[in-house]
Amino acid sequence: MRENGRFGVFGGAYVPEILYHVLEELEAAFLDAQNDASFQAELALLLRDYAGRPTPLYRCRNLCADTRVRLYLKREDLLHGGAHKTNQVLGQGLLAKRMGKRRLIAETGAGQHGVATALVGALLGMTTRIYMGAKDAERQAANVFRMQMLGAEVVRVDAGSRTLKDAINEALRDWSQHYADTHYLLGTAAGAHPFPTMVRDFQKVIGAEIKRQMLSAEGRLPDAVIACVGGGSNAIGAFHAFVPDADVALIGVEPAGRGLDTEHHGATLQKGRPGVLHGAHTYVLQDAHGQVQESWSISAGLDYPGVGPEHVHLMQSGRARYVGVTDDMALDAFVALSRQEGIIPALESAHALAFAMQMAQAATRETVLVVNLSGRGDKDLDTVSQALKEREVGP
Amino acid sequence: MIGHRYAEMFARTDAENRGAFIPFLVVGDPTPELFLAAAQGLIDAGADALELGIPFSDPTADGPVVQAAVNRALAAGVTPGDCFALIAQLRRQNSAVPVGILTYANAVFQQPFDVYFQRVFAAGIDAVLTADLPIAEADAYAAQAEQCGVCPVFIAPPDAPDEALRRIAQRSRGYTYVVSRSGVTGCNAHLTGDFRATIARLKAAGAVRPVVGFGIGEPSHVAQVVQAGAAGAISGSRVVDMVHQVFLQRGDLRVALSPFVEKMKRVTKREPNVWKE
Repeated sequence: MRENGRFGVFGGAYVPEILYHVLEELEAAFLDAQNDASFQAELALLLRDYAGRPTPLYRCRNLCADTRVRLYLKREDLLHGGAHKTNQVLGQGLLAKRMGKRRLIAETGAGQHGVATALVGALLGMTTRIYMGAKDAERQAANVFRMQMLGAEVVRVDAGSRTLKDAINEALRDWSQHYADTHYLLGTAAGAHPFPTMVRDFQKVIGAEIKRQMLSAEGRLPDAVIACVGGGSNAIGAFHAFVPDADVALIGVEPAGRGLDTEHHGATLQKGRPGVLHGAHTYVLQDAHGQVQESWSISAGLDYPGVGPEHVHLMQSGRARYVGVTDDMALDAFVALSRQEGIIPALESAHALAFAMQMAQAATRETVLVVNLSGRGDKDLDTVSQALKEREVGP
Repeated sequence: MIGHRYAEMFARTDAENRGAFIPFLVVGDPTPELFLAAAQGLIDAGADALELGIPFSDPTADGPVVQAAVNRALAAGVTPGDCFALIAQLRRQNSAVPVGILTYANAVFQQPFDVYFQRVFAAGIDAVLTADLPIAEADAYAAQAEQCGVCPVFIAPPDAPDEALRRIAQRSRGYTYVVSRSGVTGCNAHLTGDFRATIARLKAAGAVRPVVGFGIGEPSHVAQVVQAGAAGAISGSRVVDMVHQVFLQRGDLRVALSPFVEKMKRVTKREPNVWKE
């Protein structure tokens, strides 16, 4: 590798030997493309005209209006594809094309990354196969059909916990056989080097735009940037531009599921410990013997027992802090934003929103908060309807 | 001496002008007791060495057959500590047979490397191959293994760049693991892949004996890799599946294993070996 791929001691490339050299090729192609003006121009054009960048920074008119917080939403939900995922699949898709690959494979949890990969596969004329945990395919049926409509083959993975981690395992197995003509379009800033760096660099446009838009709207930087963390790509994309700005709090919100003191959560940074998962030395939810545990979240996109290694470093260095939001709190925020602003957020993003709402209630001085509204919630309507019925407070 | 059991085993197969046959099992599959019976059955049937998988929840280098075996062992509650105890028990009854383990990085990273390899050595294990630890990440790991008297074994894949292959050749002790082809563990009807070229490159780089694994389930596959210059063949999924079928049908392990091991060994004859280390 040309770069060491570490964030503090975390990161690295812990993959079978056969894939290490595939990752070296990918790193080389990525670094070359970063310095290639024509690649960057094509990506910028697609981000603008195909995906719809820049996305707006919207100040909520009603939500938190009775608090001392001015709450801004970075509207990644308005991006083509319905989530921030489109930013980086365009980058990786162009890279795959540049490397001469003809086939894309990807894992998906909520289906958002699968949809994004399927659309870039259609756009670039590449064969696309999406691995999806069978449990996720059930709870995100609408996205399965969207992927198929976009021409992708969706493979349901029945192994293990039948969720995102098992889909990644299966994609890695596919890649170790078909690497010659296939690019593994990993969906988050986790896994082996160069993925955490590459995905962050394709997502950092989010934070760069927030900064510009906030300076224009408020004439100053926000007090905090808040984003949900599963693997951590929307969060690292939103945080990156603000890392040098020590006065801007960076807050990652992990899924606390049924509670951090239960076994049903996906709060890897808060409840995990160091290990190696999917190619990275990072925090992992695991038992005393090092078997990776099944995570839990109402939100399929946050249901992952690992996390991007850069977040571990941001946590350990104290630059970012990580908190938990339960399924119930996320549901309340989902309903609140829908009712009060006419915006239906993804359940993932509702976690970040819920924490911002909590901060707003507690705020004793004028405060400017930005929530990265990483995706829209159409895909979650069945899940939410079911959950609200179970709470007997249906809409 | 580090790797002495492998050295002695290869000296014997050399003297007999044949390659080694090395079956693979997942430790604790389907239960600790039945695993011990299967492992002892393979040794008694004439296996030259054993390769034993430590069950890990996310075995990304393994195909469906080994995954299923891992799941059975994990469902039986088998922990890495249990694995070491089971292997130590095998070792007490079999002082000469080389035993290597196949594990994943997360299991190794649970403790400092020195603590890990001391446990490995104490269990009577000769070699460790960590499936998701490439040579580029393995400097401290390999040094610590050697210091504890355990052979670090690395995988030589097809198409490895020269520099990586050179380091794999330099760092591996006991034997070098050549994967026959790309992809994960598991058998097809035909053995494909350019392992002959990898073996030749390893030889040029001064590696310890190359043993070929992945996709070896038939005597013809064993014959193919031995003819290509390998010092031995590792058969995993086929053995795991066969043992599982015997258990399912409540068959007699010895009746099933002896003819199989004999059949696989019969085709390991070759020209006198010219591998020099």
